[in-house]
Amino acid sequence: MTYTPDEMMTVAAARRLKEGAVCFVGIGLPSAACNLARLTHAPGLVLIYESGTVGTRPTVLPLSIGDGELAATARTVVPLPEIFTHYLQAGRVDVGFLGAAQIDRMGDLNSTVIGPYDAPKVRLPGSGGAPEIARHAREVLIVMKQSTRSFVERLDFRTTAGRPGAVITDLGVLEPDAGTRELTLRAMFEGVTVEAVRAACGWPLRVADRLTTIAPPTTTELEVLRALHDRTAKAHAHRVVLTFPS
Amino acid sequence: MSAQFLPLRDAMARHVRDGMTVALEGFTHLIPFAAGHELIRQQRRGLTLVRMTPDLIYDQMIGMGCAAGITFSWGGNPGVGSLHRLRDAIEHAWPHAIAVDEHSHAGMAVRYSAGASGLPFGVLKGYAGTDLPAANPTTIATVTCPFTGEELTAVPAIRPDVTILHAQQADREGNVLLRGIVGASREAAMAAATVVVTVEEVVEELDAAMNSFVIPGWQVAAISEVPGGAYPSYALGYYERDNAFYLAWDAIARDRDAFRAWMTRHVTGTADHAAFLRSVGAVA
Repeated sequence: MTYTPDEMMTVAAARRLKEGAVCFVGIGLPSAACNLARLTHAPGLVLIYESGTVGTRPTVLPLSIGDGELAATARTVVPLPEIFTHYLQAGRVDVGFLGAAQIDRMGDLNSTVIGPYDAPKVRLPGSGGAPEIARHAREVLIVMKQSTRSFVERLDFRTTAGRPGAVITDLGVLEPDAGTRELTLRAMFEGVTVEAVRAACGWPLRVADRLTTIAPPTTTELEVLRALHDRTAKAHAHRVVLTFPS
Repeated sequence: MSAQFLPLRDAMARHVRDGMTVALEGFTHLIPFAAGHELIRQQRRGLTLVRMTPDLIYDQMIGMGCAAGITFSWGGNPGVGSLHRLRDAIEHAWPHAIAVDEHSHAGMAVRYSAGASGLPFGVLKGYAGTDLPAANPTTIATVTCPFTGEELTAVPAIRPDVTILHAQQADREGNVLLRGIVGASREAAMAAATVVVTVEEVVEELDAAMNSFVIPGWQVAAISEVPGGAYPSYALGYYERDNAFYLAWDAIARDRDAFRAWMTRHVTGTADHAAFLRSVGAVA
């Protein structure tokens, strides 16, 4: 089966999630990856969304972090301050998933501004849960498409001290060097060259001595992921019409 | 003192004045859109708007000139992209400049909790290694634990003049029941000098099991019955989030003229929330 770079990226991220892990999930690709893992090799994955839904098992991907689907399929729904204090800050989260507009060679992230903070060229949404997810989750995974605009020599603003265990891109996987912590190319997707990865990185990217190739998505992985996206697209397309008791 | 039952127009006019600090809370769920729209119709000005996620309601209030400042932690259209009116205000001072007090979600949660607890500030393990404290030195500082010597982050309590919530039900005594994703709504309510609530319906008896999320009526100044009052956000058990509307908002809000035309047609040009719902085709 042919597949897109987005699908490969989602599958690669999903494969890193171990059965039974407690994951703090963000919207978008992380949410797709976590639910793909839950629907394939890790049915016991515990998904926590920052809206307060704990142990949620959505049948379609949420558009927002607080869709009703997440509450209706959760083991419990707790107030948001509790998610950030009792669950995250107190150390009950194994894996935190993050993305951003910019990343640097140490894995720090910018999701706040492009340009100066006081006079931004582009005002981005801001930090949300990211700074504390990065600090308190046992392992941080970052999922970002690679380009010289997003993989930069210098961040415009450091929203989050990322300290990732891995950065999964649309070309391969970067991991921090054991000594310097600098992000280093460790693995590539099939058909990707080192030159292509280096060309899509804004700093001179270090490459591991031994590079591995990540196996393409299996038929099962692709079928489950596509069915999930199909269900999601249908669910998000319909307009809500309210009916009131007369 | 117990809650007064008022039409929404009267509740907003009586309790929200120009220049106040106002929190319309509800995390994606139960966002009080009807109340926000009524503040736009009444042309409230100079408000400091507090919300963890400004969402479409603050995008609309900022674009219509209600805000002097914003306190927030994540200002996007969830799952869609930018809040274009918030961006335009910060990037180009349109319709005018607004002051920005920016935090993380954890920081905002702790600030509301401190306000609700009658404390001057709250502590968290947060913001370490980031540029946020330098960007916002007036509301992010450090404090040393007197028992362990550990350095922690301190953030000041938020105490809104008015917190406005939307909830599923109130009973005749004004006790308010929220169900589903509650965000920091209880903390925001308990931190406020005045609490105003819109509800889907007023009932004889709350459908509340023991330990349910109930705000007692003597904490609530005014209640307005506004069916559909969270639309296009949602009220669990009543109607779903209109994700298609959130997707469509991107194109409306991207352009100043398109935004103003939409607001004129559907918000300032409608008498109340029922008329708004009819005008956007959200009721059968």
